[in-house]
Amino acid sequence: MSAASSDLLTLVAGIFGVLILASAIGYVLQQRLSPTGSNASIENLNARIKAWWIMVVLIGIAFVAGRIGVLILFGFCSFAALREFVTLINTRRADHWALAAAFFVVVPLQYYLLWAEQYGIFSIFIPVYAFLLMPIISVLRGDTERFLIRIAEVQWALMICVFCASHVPALLTLNIPGYEGRNVLLIAFLVIVVQLSDVLQYVWGKLFGRTKIAPKLSPSKTVEGFVGGVISATLIGAALWWITPFTPVQAGLLAFVITLMGFFGGLVMSAIKRDRGIKDWGNLIEGHGGLIDRLDSVVFSAPIFFHIVRYWWSL
Amino acid sequence: MKSFIAKAAAAVIVLFARAVTAVRAIWPEEGLPSRPCVYFANHSSHGDFVLVWAVLPPRLRHQARPVAGAEYWLKSPLNRFIGSDVFNAVLIERERDKRTEDPIAQMASAIDAGSSLILFPEGTRNQSEAPLLPFKSGIFHLVTARPDIDLVPVWINNLNRVMPKGEIVPIPLICTVTFGSALQFGPGETKDAFLERMRSALLALSPKPAGSGE
Repeated sequence: MSAASSDLLTLVAGIFGVLILASAIGYVLQQRLSPTGSNASIENLNARIKAWWIMVVLIGIAFVAGRIGVLILFGFCSFAALREFVTLINTRRADHWALAAAFFVVVPLQYYLLWAEQYGIFSIFIPVYAFLLMPIISVLRGDTERFLIRIAEVQWALMICVFCASHVPALLTLNIPGYEGRNVLLIAFLVIVVQLSDVLQYVWGKLFGRTKIAPKLSPSKTVEGFVGGVISATLIGAALWWITPFTPVQAGLLAFVITLMGFFGGLVMSAIKRDRGIKDWGNLIEGHGGLIDRLDSVVFSAPIFFHIVRYWWSL
Repeated sequence: MKSFIAKAAAAVIVLFARAVTAVRAIWPEEGLPSRPCVYFANHSSHGDFVLVWAVLPPRLRHQARPVAGAEYWLKSPLNRFIGSDVFNAVLIERERDKRTEDPIAQMASAIDAGSSLILFPEGTRNQSEAPLLPFKSGIFHLVTARPDIDLVPVWINNLNRVMPKGEIVPIPLICTVTFGSALQFGPGETKDAFLERMRSALLALSPKPAGSGE
C-alpha cells in the first residue's frame, strides 16, 4: 500500500470515528430531549448528521475512483450550485441561449480543461472568454431591459459556482516535489478544515454564543462562535499537517486563512439570500438546505488556498 | 410490448424532468385525497403535466390522467404515442365546431372509471406577464356534472423559465409544485363565483416574485 492510500485510510477511519460520535450524541440528545420529535433544533441536528454521512461516503467514492471521480463529483456540484443560483436571479427570455451555454458548455469545458491539465486556459476561461462571450449571446436578441443586471448576475453565478468551485479539484494538477501522487489529500485538508470550521462555529455558538457578530446578515452567527470555531479549526488544521506538504505551523496558518475566507464567504452568500428574501438556497441536502448553503465557505477559500500552495510549494 | 415501451418511456421522461428541474413537491398538511379527484394547475409549458405527474406518489400517479388538446397530441405518431400510450391523456377537441365528442362527457366518464384528472383551466399556455389567465368554463361544467368531486389546486413554479415557448433546449432551474387543500363545488354557486374562487385558490399558492425582499 502506498503512503498516500494508507494516509487516506487513516483519515477516513478518523472521519468515520467523528461521525459515529456525532450520531451517538445526536441519538442521546434525541432520546433525552426530543423523544417524540418535538424539538426542532435536535431534529435538524440529526438530519444534518445523516446528510454528513452521505456526503462523506460520496466524497470517499470519488477519491477511490481517482482523478476522474473527483472531477465528476465537483462537476456535478458546480452544475447543481449553478442551478440553485440561476433559479434566483433576474433572467429574461433573451438570456435563454446564454444560460444554456453556461450549463452545457461552460461547466463541462471548465472541468475538461482540468482533466486535460491545461492550467493556462483553465484559469482565464471564465473570467475572460465567458465574461466576453455570454453578454454577446444575450445581446443578439436585442432585449435591453435590465441588461446590465442580467449579464452581471450570470457572470457572478459562473464565477462562484463554476470558476471558484473548480479550484478544489484543481489542487490535483499541482506538481509539488516530494508530494507526488498525494494531491487528493490536499482536497481532503481543504474540505475538512472548511467544513469543520463551519460545524465548530455552529457548536461554539450554540454553547457559548452571546454577542451577535452580523445581526443584519446572519442572526445565528456570534462572536463567540466565530472566535472558538476559527481557533479550533486552525488547531485541527495544524494537527493534520501529516497529510499535507506543509510543516505544522504552515498547516495552521493555511487553515487560519481558509477558515477566515470561509467565514466571510458565508457572510457574502447570506447577504445575497437576504436580498432575495430566502432562507436557504435550495433543498438538495436534508437539514442543510441547498448545495450552496454547504459549499459557500469552500467556494470562497478554495481559489486562495490553491494560489498560496501553487505560489510557494508547486513547481 | 407497446405498453412496456410506454412504461419505459414514462420512466425516462420523468427521470429527465427530475434531473433538469430537481422538482420538489409541497403538500397540504392533510395530504392529498385518496379517491379520484381533479388536479387543476396553471399552464405555461408543455411539460406542466409531466411535472405534476412526476411528483405524485406512485399510487396516485397511476390513476392520474392529464386532459390535453387532441389537436396537438394527435399531430404526429410520436406525439400520439406520448399523449395516449405513455401518459394515457384524456384528449379533448378544443375547436367547438369540429368536435365529434363532448369533452365534459369524456372527462366525467374518466372520473367514473376511477381516474383522477390533471386539468389546466386556463385552456391554453400562459404567455403573458400576468401570473394566471382567466379560467375557461370547462371546469365549471365538469363539477355540475360531478358535484362531489374534490378539486385540488396545483401551482407549478418556474417551469416557464426552464423551457419558454419556442425554445428547444431546457435550462436547468429548480421547480416546485405546490398542492393546495382540496376544494368542492358549493351548492347553488354561480359559474362566475365558482371560477373566481378556484382561480384565487390557485393564485394563493403562487410564491412572491424573487428579489421582492422580505
